[in-house]
Amino acid sequence: MAYKREDGRKNTELRPMSAQVGVIPNADGSARFQIGHTIAIAAVYGPRELHPQFLQDPMKGVLRCNYNMMAFSGSGDRVRPGPSRRSKEISLIMEKSLLPVLDLSKYAGSVVDVFVELLQTDAGTRCAAITAASMALADAGIPMKDLVTAVACGRVEDQLIVDVDYLEDSHEGGVDLPMAMSMNSDEITLLQMDGVLDSKSLKKLLEMGKEACLTIKKVQLDALKKKYGTGVVEV
Amino acid sequence: MSVLRHHLLKVFEQGRRFDGRGFEDYRNISVEYGVSPRSAEGSARVKIGNTEVVAGVKMELTTPYPDTPHKGGIVVNVELLPLSHSRFEPGPPSIDSIELSRVVDRGIRECQYVDFEKLCLESGVKVWNVLIDIYPLNVDGHLFDAAALAAVAALRDTKFPHLNKEGMVDYTQKTTKSLPLQKKIPVACTVLKLGKHLFVDPDYEEFSLSDARLSVCSLDDGNLCALQKGGDVSFSPDEILLAIDLAVKKAKELRKQL
Amino acid sequence: MSGLLVEDRNIVFPGDIVAQGMDYLPSGDIVRIGDSLISTKIGLISLNNRIVKLIPLTGPYLPKRHDTVIGCVVSIGMSGWRLDIRWPFEANLGLAEGSSEFIQRNSDLSRYYGVGDYVRVEITNVASSRIIDLSAKGPGLGKLGSGRVFFVKATRVPRIIGKQGSMVGLIKEHTGCRISVGQNGVVWLSGEDPVKEELAVRAIRMIEREGHISGLTDRVQEFLKKETKI
Repeated sequence: MAYKREDGRKNTELRPMSAQVGVIPNADGSARFQIGHTIAIAAVYGPRELHPQFLQDPMKGVLRCNYNMMAFSGSGDRVRPGPSRRSKEISLIMEKSLLPVLDLSKYAGSVVDVFVELLQTDAGTRCAAITAASMALADAGIPMKDLVTAVACGRVEDQLIVDVDYLEDSHEGGVDLPMAMSMNSDEITLLQMDGVLDSKSLKKLLEMGKEACLTIKKVQLDALKKKYGTGVVEV
Repeated sequence: MSVLRHHLLKVFEQGRRFDGRGFEDYRNISVEYGVSPRSAEGSARVKIGNTEVVAGVKMELTTPYPDTPHKGGIVVNVELLPLSHSRFEPGPPSIDSIELSRVVDRGIRECQYVDFEKLCLESGVKVWNVLIDIYPLNVDGHLFDAAALAAVAALRDTKFPHLNKEGMVDYTQKTTKSLPLQKKIPVACTVLKLGKHLFVDPDYEEFSLSDARLSVCSLDDGNLCALQKGGDVSFSPDEILLAIDLAVKKAKELRKQL
Repeated sequence: MSGLLVEDRNIVFPGDIVAQGMDYLPSGDIVRIGDSLISTKIGLISLNNRIVKLIPLTGPYLPKRHDTVIGCVVSIGMSGWRLDIRWPFEANLGLAEGSSEFIQRNSDLSRYYGVGDYVRVEITNVASSRIIDLSAKGPGLGKLGSGRVFFVKATRVPRIIGKQGSMVGLIKEHTGCRISVGQNGVVWLSGEDPVKEELAVRAIRMIEREGHISGLTDRVQEFLKKETKI
């Protein structure tokens, strides 16, 4: 019998989302993104001083992402504070997923710091982090050729799905495929996979993921529009 | 003296602050419960002006300390997130976060706000530990008051998780049982000193320009349950007593927000 | 499809395609990618014949030659002062540029500007992102005394100053405060009356928030009139 999602969603259906921009007054840019029960808060500080000096790039600014889960955000035991191998890897792939759209050429020698905290997690955390970070970078006015939008696709038993939640992710023998895209240029800036998948299913998942990202991007833009306004402005 | 301090003092001499508040006025305070309802056993968000702090509670089963076999415990941890202010850097706990953690801990522990004996499941074998983690999301001032208030609010929001048949914690299910909390609620209020002036709830600028601070944690009946003086300048004994009176008075207002 | 996809003063977001084809020319934060002109920031479109520009609503301050900024002295060396101008790198105020009076070598530079002092300066040269030279010689430049200092978004400074200083002038007139607004988003103000100072701050914050919405000048004027009525 075909697998049916626990929460009754269609295979291509995303969990309810909400996004707000400018949630952290101290930051140069910030955003909160929630998808299902996963809540990510991103703050951008920069361009600013980068120490130690050997990390500085004389040609352009450096992007530095820091992903962290709050101790009470996990679905089980308390998460020990401090960076883990997982959080360090996620910080790295966040940087790689955002850099392709950013123009840091005017900030040579300095750093743009992006901090993301997870307040509550139910899978799809790195994707939520990237989606929030992208809005925060736009809010900070860091020049970019597009927003980056991310979603975790996957397979549970025999079904290809988008926006995998924790229960689905915990299924044995499944596939978890976080991906991020720059929608305008149809480019993929993040792709990871956990599990065993045939290439035909991969192709299908990428298509499904793209459709999902279109929906998520609208949420990002709506949040930015809510803060900055829309339409024509007479001055 | 720096130009900013000079100007602030000038304004203080006229009985005002930069934002027009009086010395005894708090900015807008709000407390929200259940900000991480699915993951945390209890959680809360406190805003004081632009300062925003979240706190969450996780419960764990553990063996008690040998000298207190019939008591559970609490652990308080404040982490100064770099997300909340440009001055915080990622890394191991700074001395500021350690001081905050310990002061918030003392305020809750000494007055036995949580009844440790009621956290005992089996004496000498199994007790509950209440783990409180506090995170600022935006810092505009100091954090002593907001962190302490968030911790207490999170404790009030907490429900015991379910225990399965094997006696292990099942975090996916909460019970409706709240934590064993005392009726008297510890609330911290910090009084700042600049020159000869005593005031509460500084914003970031006032806090950086201030000379000294006294955090006072008090209970509903006016009894004190924790004190912490900070800053490089001293208080006279009279100033201490004045500060304590002010703090106890303001704590009553803060308590109403819970 | 060729042509302009937006109107003057539309608000656009990063990635928005504002024009297609080769008929229009990009400028500043509008860039050409292949066949399209794309906005790289959140801002207002500003059209000038075939040139499409962006008035950004957000973004860091980028030091530019001839800009007047307000910096804070962070250190004093043998040959001048180093100032924080809200840029990742400190800017240089050399001995010779410190003041219109002649400053002797080996004199005590803190007599002129001490650490923590705010100084209104002009950026004379931006050799690279790391090397920025300043001058405090010239009309209106020099030390800013006792006052309050706060920060606004650099992108809103033109609005806060107004055409030929008209907006900030309006605030000065109604509050009696001396106000200095740096292109880098640093605002210094000082008045005799803290209530009036506070009013000036609120007016400036109002412009910062609502600067891109029409009718601002009237709103600010009404606000100031209402608040200063006794």
